[in-house]
Amino acid sequence: MPGVTPGEATSTCWSCGDMRAAHFCSACGKVQPPVPVDYFTFFGFPRKLNVDASVLEREFYDLSRKLHPDLYARADSREQEWSLEQSSLLNDAYRTLRDPIKRTEYLLRLEGVELEEQSKTATEKARATGDVKKQVVPPDLLEEVFELNMQLEELRMQKKMGEDDPALIEELGKERLKLEERYEALFDELKGYWNEWDGLVDSGTEDARRQIRDKMLDLLNRRNYIRNLVRDVNEALDS
Amino acid sequence: MTSDRIVGIDLGTTNSLVAFMQGEIPVVIPGEDGSNLVPSVVALDERDQIIVGNAARKYLIETPERSVYSIKRLMGRGVEDIQEELKFFPFRLAEDLEPGEVLRIKLGRQTFTPPEVSAFILRQLKRNAERFFNAPVTKAVITVPAYFNDAQRQATKDAGRIAGLEVLRLVNEPTAASLAYGLDKQQNGIIAVYDLGGGTFDISILRLHDGIFEVIATNGDTHLGGDDIDNLLITIALDDIRGDLGLDVSRNGEAVATIRKAVIEAKIALSSQPSTKLDIELPGGKRYLRETTREQFELLIQPIIDRTVAPCKQALRDARLKPEQIGEVVLVGGSTRIPKVRALVEEMFQRKPHTDLNPDEVVALGAAVQANILGGGSEATENMLLLDVTPLSLGIEVAGGVTDKIILRNSTIPASATQYYTTQIDGQANVAIHVLQGERELAKDCRSLARFDLKGIPPMTAGMPRIEVKFLIDANGILHVSAREQRSGKEAEIEVQPSYGLTDEQVESMILDSFDYAEEDFRRRQVIEARREAETIMAALEKGKKSPAWGQLASDEKKQIAKLEKALIQVKSEDDYAAIRKAIDALNQGTMRLAELMMDSAVSTALKGKTMDEADMGEGPEAPHPVAKAEFK
Repeated sequence: MPGVTPGEATSTCWSCGDMRAAHFCSACGKVQPPVPVDYFTFFGFPRKLNVDASVLEREFYDLSRKLHPDLYARADSREQEWSLEQSSLLNDAYRTLRDPIKRTEYLLRLEGVELEEQSKTATEKARATGDVKKQVVPPDLLEEVFELNMQLEELRMQKKMGEDDPALIEELGKERLKLEERYEALFDELKGYWNEWDGLVDSGTEDARRQIRDKMLDLLNRRNYIRNLVRDVNEALDS
Repeated sequence: MTSDRIVGIDLGTTNSLVAFMQGEIPVVIPGEDGSNLVPSVVALDERDQIIVGNAARKYLIETPERSVYSIKRLMGRGVEDIQEELKFFPFRLAEDLEPGEVLRIKLGRQTFTPPEVSAFILRQLKRNAERFFNAPVTKAVITVPAYFNDAQRQATKDAGRIAGLEVLRLVNEPTAASLAYGLDKQQNGIIAVYDLGGGTFDISILRLHDGIFEVIATNGDTHLGGDDIDNLLITIALDDIRGDLGLDVSRNGEAVATIRKAVIEAKIALSSQPSTKLDIELPGGKRYLRETTREQFELLIQPIIDRTVAPCKQALRDARLKPEQIGEVVLVGGSTRIPKVRALVEEMFQRKPHTDLNPDEVVALGAAVQANILGGGSEATENMLLLDVTPLSLGIEVAGGVTDKIILRNSTIPASATQYYTTQIDGQANVAIHVLQGERELAKDCRSLARFDLKGIPPMTAGMPRIEVKFLIDANGILHVSAREQRSGKEAEIEVQPSYGLTDEQVESMILDSFDYAEEDFRRRQVIEARREAETIMAALEKGKKSPAWGQLASDEKKQIAKLEKALIQVKSEDDYAAIRKAIDALNQGTMRLAELMMDSAVSTALKGKTMDEADMGEGPEAPHPVAKAEFK
């Protein structure tokens, strides 16, 4: 849903002819046909990554009270359809923006950055089609990942034989804890980048912005990678 | 005004109810027999007439092959889904069912789809409401289990249409219950609704915030409820009878129906008593006697009620909440009367559940609240808004038979997702999309919702077309799909093959079929109209009696009017529309002179220098002539 600026999103209301906001007319309150705007614009926010959760929630409730299909049950079918589309857009936008990671990923995508697909579905899809999945091991994790994969393989073998090595299980448990801590720490690091990004939105150079984008992308990839590792460890331990 | 009256309907597995907002309070509309609950039982009587509710119950035992209960279990399901149910329920499927066809079950020699059977129940509720309002009812909010999938929802909506109801909204049952609860409590906080009914289980966690009812997470099992307890008890009784009495009655419909009735009574008794006795007369004069204690009963049902634990835990996990963060747990559904169920909930959520609400009625009352909101609201509901979620993730099948989830479960609805498709070979004109619902990784483990064929893609080199497909789940939890080829800007044509549902054409033809039954509805409508007309003329007459014109009538004129009035009152309470009409006409004729006199006196009063207003022209002079025809939409 790329780039329509807030200015372009406003035009005249179909019902009263006055100026309107993106979703409903500021003069007569009628719901408007949806225009393609990004989620930040929909809420009237700048493309900044620090979002006040309580402001977002309040806006969500306020807009829900104006756009929800329940309010248009007696309106004509055209208004009903617009309210359905507008409120689905509202819900989609709220779901994306309130989650810090989804919000960051969404902004990067708006900025034209391609994220690596690291979902489990993508993995299975790649496995099924025989494609090589785009997934780079973060360099600082290379050695650890190598070691961990060896241990996981050993555990799986043992389980298959019906054996049980408490030492190995304990070792993997510790490893998991370490990964989880790292995962958490990455989030704090990300927040630091948010501040940098937000400072550059209004005044920074394109070059400076690109640098932060790349840092965030790299961080998200590492984070996803660790998440997948934790999942693998969990699966091996639980199976 | 009248045509805008929207009722709330709880179409339950065991019982169904219809309710509406009377002023600021939701109330259940009783049936002709005075009962609030209409048992969800449908039977064909000796003259092949459809019988619904309490009156149909006796047929369950007398002619089980001509009656059906718990039809909700079959809504939106295919023959391969219901093998388990067939073991325990006496559903008689039509013999000529084709694979992939919508189920049809037999009542006598006729067959009906589950939406048609449900429509009979809805029609009865509609009639009850019309009788209550003395006016036609055409719009309704109907509740469904929160965990119902798209096909089950669609089937419920179809049932409404077949019954002649415009279904303005499907509302999730636990959410409806929360509306009734919230209307009463007016409190902010987090609540959980634990809804164990006759055939379905739902758990919903909601945040109540200044009139907004926001569902955070929902989970459940659409095939778990009191029915399962009954079936277990029936199986045990049948085993006992075989073992102790050497009698196999499992194929005897009448005997099984008798046992079912007895074990249900025992189940209910054990909620208030420490023990109960079963005493069942069997074919051939033998008796099955057995005493059961509550302790034994609780041991038996433990595995069934334990199945509610996992959905509750999942819902809490999805909501990212711990049990102690739940402010109140509200119990809904008849099966929550069982003390052991209450104990289980108390242990799980570490608090005593809220049991003040009538678990049978609260869902219907909540549906009435939502109906009121959709109708424009009232003082009580002015600030109320329901934000519900989709219970199951929506996905599409991608290469390798994998499900790619595009709308995750517990997303607030309406919700949408956009996907882009292209072609694999040059000039390809069609693309097939397989839509799934469920949480599993592989397409074959998810529920197939429908297959969509994008057609009429303009001829282009492979990979060139860019087809934007928009998936939208509406506020009813029902999926809509639209597609557009972006390079040509052409709306792509979509052909939908619902995996388990009626096509629009089928529903249309069922609506036509239902006119066979609707003839009776039409007659009822005429009676209702005539009654309203009778009331109007009688009200006018009352007014006339108080006017000075009344004094100018001769005494035998008055006597004649009284006689005609009495005749109208007499026929008004009967169901003969023609007779009511005739009596109205007669009274109209008989009061002709009274009307003229009233008109004269009004005019002469005016001449004495009074304004028309003071002369109370009101409704008096213009009535009883002409009587306006009651207007119906």
